[in-house]
Amino acid sequence: MAKVLGKEVLRSDLIALKVEAPEIAKKAKAGQFVVVRADEVGERIPLSLARISPEDGSLGLVVQTIGVTSSKLGAMNVGDDIADIAGPMGHATPIKNYGRVALLGGGFGAAPMYPIGKALKEAGNTVTSIIGARSADLLVYEKELAEFSDQVLVSTDDGSKGFKGLVTDVLKQEIEANGVDWVMAIGPAIMMKFVSLATKPYGIKTFVSLNPIMVDGTGMCGACRVSVGGKTMFGCTDGPDFDGHLVDWDLLMTRQRTYLTEEKVAMEKYSCSCVPSAK
Amino acid sequence: MPEQDAKARGRNFEEVTIGFTAEDALREANRCLACKKRDCVSGCPVEVPIPEFIALIKEGDFIGAAKKIKEKNPVPAVCGRVCPQESQCESKCALGKKNEPVAIGRMERFVADYERVNGGGSSNGQVKKPKPSGFKVAVVGTGPAGLVVAADLAKLGHEVTMFEALHKAGGVLVYGIPEFRLPKAIVQSEVDGIKALGVNIKVDSVVGKLYTIDELLGDFDAVFIGSGAGLPMFLNIPGENLNGVYSANEFLTRTNLMKAYLFPEYDTPIKKGGHVAVVGGGNVAMDSARTALRLGAEAVYLVYRRSMEELPARKEEVHHAIEEGIDFRLLTNPVEIVGEDGWVRGIKCVKMELGEPDESGRRRPVTIEGSEYVIEVDTVVMSIGTGSNPIIPNSTPDLEINRRGYIVADESGATSKPGVFAGGDIVTGSATVILAAGAGRKAANSIHEYLMTKVKA
Repeated sequence: MAKVLGKEVLRSDLIALKVEAPEIAKKAKAGQFVVVRADEVGERIPLSLARISPEDGSLGLVVQTIGVTSSKLGAMNVGDDIADIAGPMGHATPIKNYGRVALLGGGFGAAPMYPIGKALKEAGNTVTSIIGARSADLLVYEKELAEFSDQVLVSTDDGSKGFKGLVTDVLKQEIEANGVDWVMAIGPAIMMKFVSLATKPYGIKTFVSLNPIMVDGTGMCGACRVSVGGKTMFGCTDGPDFDGHLVDWDLLMTRQRTYLTEEKVAMEKYSCSCVPSAK
Repeated sequence: MPEQDAKARGRNFEEVTIGFTAEDALREANRCLACKKRDCVSGCPVEVPIPEFIALIKEGDFIGAAKKIKEKNPVPAVCGRVCPQESQCESKCALGKKNEPVAIGRMERFVADYERVNGGGSSNGQVKKPKPSGFKVAVVGTGPAGLVVAADLAKLGHEVTMFEALHKAGGVLVYGIPEFRLPKAIVQSEVDGIKALGVNIKVDSVVGKLYTIDELLGDFDAVFIGSGAGLPMFLNIPGENLNGVYSANEFLTRTNLMKAYLFPEYDTPIKKGGHVAVVGGGNVAMDSARTALRLGAEAVYLVYRRSMEELPARKEEVHHAIEEGIDFRLLTNPVEIVGEDGWVRGIKCVKMELGEPDESGRRRPVTIEGSEYVIEVDTVVMSIGTGSNPIIPNSTPDLEINRRGYIVADESGATSKPGVFAGGDIVTGSATVILAAGAGRKAANSIHEYLMTKVKA
């Protein structure tokens, strides 16, 4: 059981929770994740860590309320209990002084960039954070990333803020203008794929935090298997970070779609049962 | 023993075998000759006092019989159901030489069930609280090996804390063995019985990630590792990452631990119905095939490269699987999983024949040239065995492991690291519930001896 200590609505569909988990907070390193089960009938889902706070024994989780579990978590309030939280899972992101690093956060991927970027900054890197959205009102985490970044670059599809276009265009400009030694991308698979494609011609080492379907998160089932450099690996125990230039992106995206039909069924059932009742 | 009708049970997750009535148990108990040799006891890896508990059944003292078993075995409702008695206690029964041996497993199950229902829960044979020894022991893993270690040490007065990576205790008893062979409520009750001895169970605690073995050694006087062999193996043939290919561990964990068979009442999904191929021939393969059937599959094929004689699964389970209509494709070896748009469409197999015996003495299967054919399926479950999970060895560099990644431990369970003991599948590789329990018993004894030497020091 883990108590919800704080809640912030970042955007109508993006909820940040502060969760009491002192033992995990003491152990977790940037880039690791937790496996969460919302309630007794719940499924186990992996969530990246948006904040690791050993000083007050809490973890920060950001969920996009698209599926049944994320909706259950998003509906929780301060004082509620999350049934299970286990971790820290996976390997930490390798933090060292690479020189000039660029971090790209797609959607709510901007949140788990926070602990990684902070650690990279503390290791002496010059940090450029690049975030994008369809329009200015959908951007999140700009202020938070500015806490440690040397610069935060923004792009929007409609040009309502920052560069008009995609985060990959901003990245290319930054590479051409100032040079970049190391790149990390967190977000939807399609975004991480295009970031990897963008850096490949430059030969810049590019880390990605893969998000395959997981069940246990401890290496016992292989649901999260991915193909990296032609080798089958388990996302939960071999990752979640991999070399973006070696990932089989099409396989990852196909496997992520395994339960689309069932996810819809579960979501419809959840939406029905959470129509406000008389009480 | 009475059973659910094969047709009806193939569509539900209810227990297949219905179990003895009190009359059945009395009748069976009276067949026992109470012979002096007690060979049955030596056939049991945890040495349950078999003639003694049967004598109590003869007197009608079923709860007393359950308590008698629990002096040696804290999980009799489990063992009575899943032990291969035909190669253990019952194989040594004197009556078995000429007739059917005494049904020890079924009587064990009956008294354990009787006690749970009529005795107000699982007692674990503890009459009074032992004197606290002042020692603390950490047990990593809550499967059969760990449960026996915890129960034994708690009865000796040691303070025991168990660490479980998943959100429920029981190991393979909760995520692996299906509901229709081992109801989860029964496992829960036996785990509760162990908690009643004062054992503390911490779930959601991945040792190797949340705490290292060295950190546990700082807080505890001894550590037992019973983390099992939970790493799934694949064949490394083309198409194994297609959608619809599961490891048996994933397929069974979704169904048993996460209750995906009750989706969408429970949130975890699983692909139901269709045509399913299960690759392998062990108990886990039988469990997977019969689970697929109960999830509504129209056809389930069991693909195994040797013949019926070499199937490693228990005879009773093979028999149940055949009765329920599993289509056995023996002497058949998968070479590729064929797909379309990322999804499984079939499994390409070659036919085999048995050649000369190999090192293990089993006749080696040899491919018949030109015999390739495709079985059309949309789900494939790989059940070809499991290996050692590297999380604990990787985070404990001075713990000796063998070439296959298993922890090296001697007969007593002692590892290369002082104060650290290990037993069950993490030492032997995949074996049976009762062998893990037996290893737990030996380790508990040596942990106790180890702690007692610490007193003198």
